[in-house]
Amino acid sequence: MSEMNPPENMNSNGYEVPPEMRNNIAITTLDKIWNMGRRYSVWPMMFGLACCAIEMICTAASRYDLARFGMEVMRPSPRQADLMIVSGTVTKKMIPQIVRLYNQMPEPKYVLAMGACASGGGPFKEGYNVVSGVDKYVPVDVYVPGCPPTPQALLHGLMKLQEKIDSESIRTVRWYQPGGEEPIPVPILGPDIIDPRDFPKFKSVKAAPAKAETAAESAEAA
Amino acid sequence: MTEQAAAPERELTALEQRFPGVVTLDERKGYEGHIVQADKLIEFATALRDEMGYDYLSSITAVDYLTDDEEAESFFELVYHMYKSTGGAALVFKIQIPRDNPVVDSLVELYPGADFQEREAWDLMGIKFEGHPDLRRILMWDGFEGFPLRKDWKEPYYEEDAKPFGNRWPGGQVYRIEDKNPYGKNNQYPDGFDPSTWKESEDPKLYEVLEKAAMEYSEDIDTEQVVVNLGPQHPSTHGVFRMAVRLDGETIVALKPVMGYLHRNHEQIGERNTFIMNMPFTDRLDYLSSMSNNFGYALAVEKLMGDKATPPERAEYLRVIMAELTRISNHLWAIGFLLNDLGAFFTPALYAIEERELILDIFEAVTGSRMMCNYFRFGGVARDLPEGTEQKIKDLVLERLPRKIDELDLYLTENELIRSRCEGVGVITPEDAIAYSAAGPVLRASGVPYDIRKADPYSIYDEFKFDVAARYHGDVYDRYLIRVDEMRQSLRILQQALKKLPKGEILNGKNPYQVRVPAGEAYGRVEGPKGELGFYVVSNGKPNPWRYHVRAPSFINLTILEKMCVGQKVADVVVNLGSIDIVLGEVDR
Ligand code: SF4
Repeated sequence: MSEMNPPENMNSNGYEVPPEMRNNIAITTLDKIWNMGRRYSVWPMMFGLACCAIEMICTAASRYDLARFGMEVMRPSPRQADLMIVSGTVTKKMIPQIVRLYNQMPEPKYVLAMGACASGGGPFKEGYNVVSGVDKYVPVDVYVPGCPPTPQALLHGLMKLQEKIDSESIRTVRWYQPGGEEPIPVPILGPDIIDPRDFPKFKSVKAAPAKAETAAESAEAA
Repeated sequence: MTEQAAAPERELTALEQRFPGVVTLDERKGYEGHIVQADKLIEFATALRDEMGYDYLSSITAVDYLTDDEEAESFFELVYHMYKSTGGAALVFKIQIPRDNPVVDSLVELYPGADFQEREAWDLMGIKFEGHPDLRRILMWDGFEGFPLRKDWKEPYYEEDAKPFGNRWPGGQVYRIEDKNPYGKNNQYPDGFDPSTWKESEDPKLYEVLEKAAMEYSEDIDTEQVVVNLGPQHPSTHGVFRMAVRLDGETIVALKPVMGYLHRNHEQIGERNTFIMNMPFTDRLDYLSSMSNNFGYALAVEKLMGDKATPPERAEYLRVIMAELTRISNHLWAIGFLLNDLGAFFTPALYAIEERELILDIFEAVTGSRMMCNYFRFGGVARDLPEGTEQKIKDLVLERLPRKIDELDLYLTENELIRSRCEGVGVITPEDAIAYSAAGPVLRASGVPYDIRKADPYSIYDEFKFDVAARYHGDVYDRYLIRVDEMRQSLRILQQALKKLPKGEILNGKNPYQVRVPAGEAYGRVEGPKGELGFYVVSNGKPNPWRYHVRAPSFINLTILEKMCVGQKVADVVVNLGSIDIVLGEVDR
């Protein structure tokens, strides 16, 4: 339900407004107003990781013009940003910082994984320093495929994000739940990257011999 | 170690005569250069530099010759490439050291440009450089377990030694490698590792080094110094790059670049890939100039393959055209973002990006991709120009770009603000530029007119008339000017190439899925937009390279960053970095 001309669609069904007042008055819900404000002012964080960042810059430049969506205000500080565009390969050395930046963003916050690398490791997936997808650590709202995604693809992803925002309700979004959200534990650089959420796993892995191959598993995947 | 017994009939080379008993010719088939005794390295290198004029240490890398063969010995080999800054072919020499005690003398004293490269060899290969002042890990973090480029080290997602992996091949059982890892992630830990006892280290060594550098800096008045980290997420660092600086007020006392935040294991993945599979990976090195990366890699492998991979004439022209277009688009970007760093936020960059987009349009028409072109093949190029593209290139090169470059020149060059911010800032003397192995525009802006297209011509560059741009002050302003000059020279080359572009084949033979590369080693280097881009490839006759190393100009150009910045203000650091023009994909690989 893309609302290209919001004032007309703002009105809730069943509450008729006389035609001569259509563009001045709307009877609507808090959610709708809230979401409209959000979807037209998603401020991305100015945060480039790799090759995809170049296409992100091109998207912001004059030819593709991100400003048409109210998103041209790239903020270098996470505290002023609503959207983290993870534009590139996420490495183990970088993931603590990414998680930290994510934790520093005020809610509501969204994450867009731009490109194959951010979505799942991409061409470098098997590399020893590469995190296979930023969603292993932070929750992702929109994935944009491509290597790199063209500016058009990124724009499409951003429009999908707007649609997602439209469908939100302040009663159900996770950051307005009682108690709020816990920050994501920052990964630790050990002999390899350590996710503090994995601590329980370490014990069970030690018990079982590592890398046991289960035939059932591979058959299932096939 | 393996080639001690030189054939007696052979005439001794000049180097062997000069260093009897120390230097022997490398006679393995497909190899070049000499093998030097490990304990005589310093003596030999000093003589090279002071007597023979090999003042430019271009590349150091290590190869792990691990073998299961009982008869043969496993060893590490260090490969050095040297040049004269006045031009000419490379001098290659090697040092062989045992695998169980990999120690070798450091060359940092003689060639400061060896600094980062030796650290890289330590980080990834575990070779100790005796006498290196600051031997820390450079791409991975301190505390990381293992030396990933050693042949007996396996990554967590290890499947097989070489691609194509059986499970993706017809008949194979497809599975997801995550499902086989006990953590479901790309992680592995040493046996018996207990995460709860792990104490995170906050780069203690890094701060020690900064401390030491600060002690050497003396001021009459005692002031409090602070350490500030710029990056890795910082708008001025052109990506994920970090500089740890020690400040005295606003003045830089010491600066250490910290990198590796985009280390994507290019070389290790490259050794699993087949030769042709690496071509698209090279695109992602310096992602602003994928065509030049393709060029360097193609040259290296073609050298190994010999005659059957000589590109036809039309392909050579297409290569040059694409490489020069890349140079222009890269320099436009570099200038636009240098202005960003100066504080002219985004307006000049937008103009630069506008022109770059037009060049990308051509790339997209020819190769199908805007940035990751994957256009070169061994023995030619992948596709011919589609209809109408030649005219498009001509319009751009003959009409639009010359005008736009003049426009840029007009608005920027004499701009008072730019001049006062850039002139005399970040000065590099020619001696330093050579000693620190700076390359490309950084070297030439310091008055060393060294351009591989002239100094050691490759492809068909010797058929074109162009000048090597050089400037003589070595400051930020000259590094800006030289990029403008180079764009004009590139236009000159392009104009000649378009005029002479012959008809005919674009690929020697068929476009193969698998190439046969004879055993041996080769080093292909091109003058990329950022400087000397070299690919060192070792083949053992199998479909995959045994060693695949990239001499990345952005990475090595950073060696001199500290020297440029010490004594200047914080704001100048950003400008200095911008004027080197780095791309993190290439710095960290
Ligand atoms: S998806 Fe492709 S273009 Fe994007 S960061 Fe990864 S390798 Fe680079």
